[in-house]
Amino acid sequence: MELLVTVCAWLGLGVLLLGVTGRLLWAWRAARIEGSVLPVMSARYGLRSLVHWLLPLSTRNQRLHPVVTLVSYLFHLCLLLAPLLVAGHVELWRQRWGFGWPTLPDPVIDVMTLVVMVAVLFFLLRRLAAPEVRNVTGWKEYLLLMVVVAPFVTGIIAHLHLLDYRLVMVLHIVSGTLWLVLIPFSWLSHMFWFFFTRSYMGSEFGAVRNARDW
Amino acid sequence: MADIEDARVEDAGIDQAVDKLEPARIEAVIRRVLGAGCGARLKVYLQTCVHCGLCADACHTYLSRDRDPDFAPVAKVKETIWEMVKRQGRVSPEFIKKCARIAYTECGACRRCSMYCPFGIDIAYLIMLVRRICALLGVVPVYLQDTVNSHAATSNQMWVQPDDWIDTLIWQEEDAADELEGVRIPLDREGADIMYSVIAPEPKILAQLIANMAVIMKVAGVDWTMPSLDGWDNSNMAMYSGDFEVMGRVERLHWERALQLKVKRVVMGECGHAYRGAVYDGPKWLGWSKPPIPMVHAVEFYYELLREGRIKIARKIKEPVTVQDPCNIVRGRGLHHKLRYIINELCEDFRDVSPRFEHNYCCAAGGGVINCGPPWKLSRLKSNRVKAEQLAATDAHLVVTPCHNCHSGIEDIIGYYGLGMHVTFINELLVKCMDRGDGSGEVER
Ligand code: HEM
Ligand code: HEM
Ligand code: SF4
Ligand code: SF4
Repeated sequence: MELLVTVCAWLGLGVLLLGVTGRLLWAWRAARIEGSVLPVMSARYGLRSLVHWLLPLSTRNQRLHPVVTLVSYLFHLCLLLAPLLVAGHVELWRQRWGFGWPTLPDPVIDVMTLVVMVAVLFFLLRRLAAPEVRNVTGWKEYLLLMVVVAPFVTGIIAHLHLLDYRLVMVLHIVSGTLWLVLIPFSWLSHMFWFFFTRSYMGSEFGAVRNARDW
Repeated sequence: MADIEDARVEDAGIDQAVDKLEPARIEAVIRRVLGAGCGARLKVYLQTCVHCGLCADACHTYLSRDRDPDFAPVAKVKETIWEMVKRQGRVSPEFIKKCARIAYTECGACRRCSMYCPFGIDIAYLIMLVRRICALLGVVPVYLQDTVNSHAATSNQMWVQPDDWIDTLIWQEEDAADELEGVRIPLDREGADIMYSVIAPEPKILAQLIANMAVIMKVAGVDWTMPSLDGWDNSNMAMYSGDFEVMGRVERLHWERALQLKVKRVVMGECGHAYRGAVYDGPKWLGWSKPPIPMVHAVEFYYELLREGRIKIARKIKEPVTVQDPCNIVRGRGLHHKLRYIINELCEDFRDVSPRFEHNYCCAAGGGVINCGPPWKLSRLKSNRVKAEQLAATDAHLVVTPCHNCHSGIEDIIGYYGLGMHVTFINELLVKCMDRGDGSGEVER
């Protein structure tokens, strides 16, 4: 178990970090070759766009889809914070490196985990029910949704000791590693591309075309 | 489902070219276009898209066709460039035929969807890559290709011959002088403050617009000129067919003409495409960071004249009026407030549209769609029911459309959906409303 934790944590975080760095370096080079991208980038208008698209209901399309927007915000908030602030993770980190950081109480984490699970269920149903989404959904999309939710499902089962703890923990660690590893290599990479694609479009609208993009 | 009627449309420019395609050539062209030069944006966009369908509500074609999922922006990309990338260019001639239909007739590159996608993915850019591939394969709707051929041969869009051009200007000068004494259309006057650019439909079918402008220039006391030689038209349909070589040639000639005349500014007539080509796409292709001489669109120009009091309004239009925000000067230049300032100066009863400004619905004619000609007209009209509903909701009689494509597109929509409205350029309203300083002017409407 000890070994599995070490190997998986290194593997997951290592691939995530190296993968993201590699992708960004590649994009930097490719953007320089493309030539027309970098001159357009503007800090002011890029940030203006990011702020609008990161605040809920501040863009017209978010207002046209209030439910999707709110679910998505809660989902992302819990998804990003829960793994960072759960006592189990911080404890493992402290054992290894000798320092840690404050955590949220377990019941709060449980609620956040449930939020993520419900949100994924919502995304799943939306993919099945809305024709414009189903039309662009393939096995990859379903698979990624499963990968995204798996550490949360196994995490909460482990925490509540619903099934054999050791088995569930192994599943948790394996699925968590997969989660981390797939971020740079699937559309989960929207996590970091978001900041670049959005600020590029914001720059082009704002700095070049004198218009707003939200 | 794609519309059966659209899939059945016969277009020699597409059908005959597709019959001659060989898979090896398709593969080579796709690899070339999707290779080096567009690595960053293309690949990042493809990786980023989470297939969430949130861009669907942006597209007038999707909204107009009862939310048919095949008309969602992301679906247009899925059906074309995703496949090309996934199959590394190994696609069939039939596939290219479908790509041409989608890229040329079902997307007007209006870029509304990049304001609806949370990531700002530029679907129009991806669709333009598809058009580029189709153009290099020679698969282009026949009417659109004809305008490109005209650009290549005459440098204008409608086969206007050099003597016709000069004749038309002289004839319009005479007409204008009948309306207001002393009006001139100064040709090739070096060092003038302004060169006025028009697009080929003006001399060809709407020559009156040139006379109107001459009257406006006279009243405002502007030092202006028009070129007598090629380079006067930069409407540039090659920009939309994907023939960027010809596009670049047209833009270069246009700017060279302006440089030769040593003018201080170029005023672009009421056309969105031409403005886009001259200010953005042309310079970008030619490797210039910006146009060599500042260009202002007619809307900016009229705004200046009215703001500075160089033109005074003697009487206002009484009929209810609404507006079509042209994509290329609104999303493309942010001129919507100036446009409304002008309309409010000229009209008593302005009824704004909703959604408006950057969120306007495209006219469905722009981006080369109307230039695909009669075979695709029904498809185009079906693709813009939302525009008809939007206009009808204003109960206006007159639609101000400061763009040639919007003008024709909206006119068609008004006819097809029986809206009983009329379209007008600002230019036509200005000559009716302005104080000519000689006590004349037309009777009130
Ligand atoms: C190598 C990797 C990982 C290890 C060793 C690990 C280990 C743990 C441990 C020991 C717990 C505490 C269980 C308990 O309270 O009994 C836990 C909970 C949790 N883990 Fe992980 N984890 C890993 C990766 C991940 C990843 C990548 C995610 C996120 C996406 C994740 C999400 C969670 C969540 C949300 C909980 C809390 C569930 C709840 O209490 O409701 N874990 N994990
Ligand atoms: C700071 C980081 C992130 C940002 C800014 C971000 C942003 C977005 C945005 C804008 C969407 C668009 C659709 C919507 O609003 O529902 C989205 C969807 C999604 N995100 Fe993220 N995201 C981030 C991180 C992540 C991470 C780390 C994951 C999981 C590993 C993730 C999983 C998802 C999923 C599954 C969807 C799609 C839901 C669906 O429609 O099926 N996101 N994200
Ligand atoms: S027509 Fe406009 S909104 Fe529709 S896909 Fe093309 S660029 Fe996007
Ligand atoms: S809104 Fe953007 S991310 Fe979502 S499907 Fe459309 S293009 Fe893809």
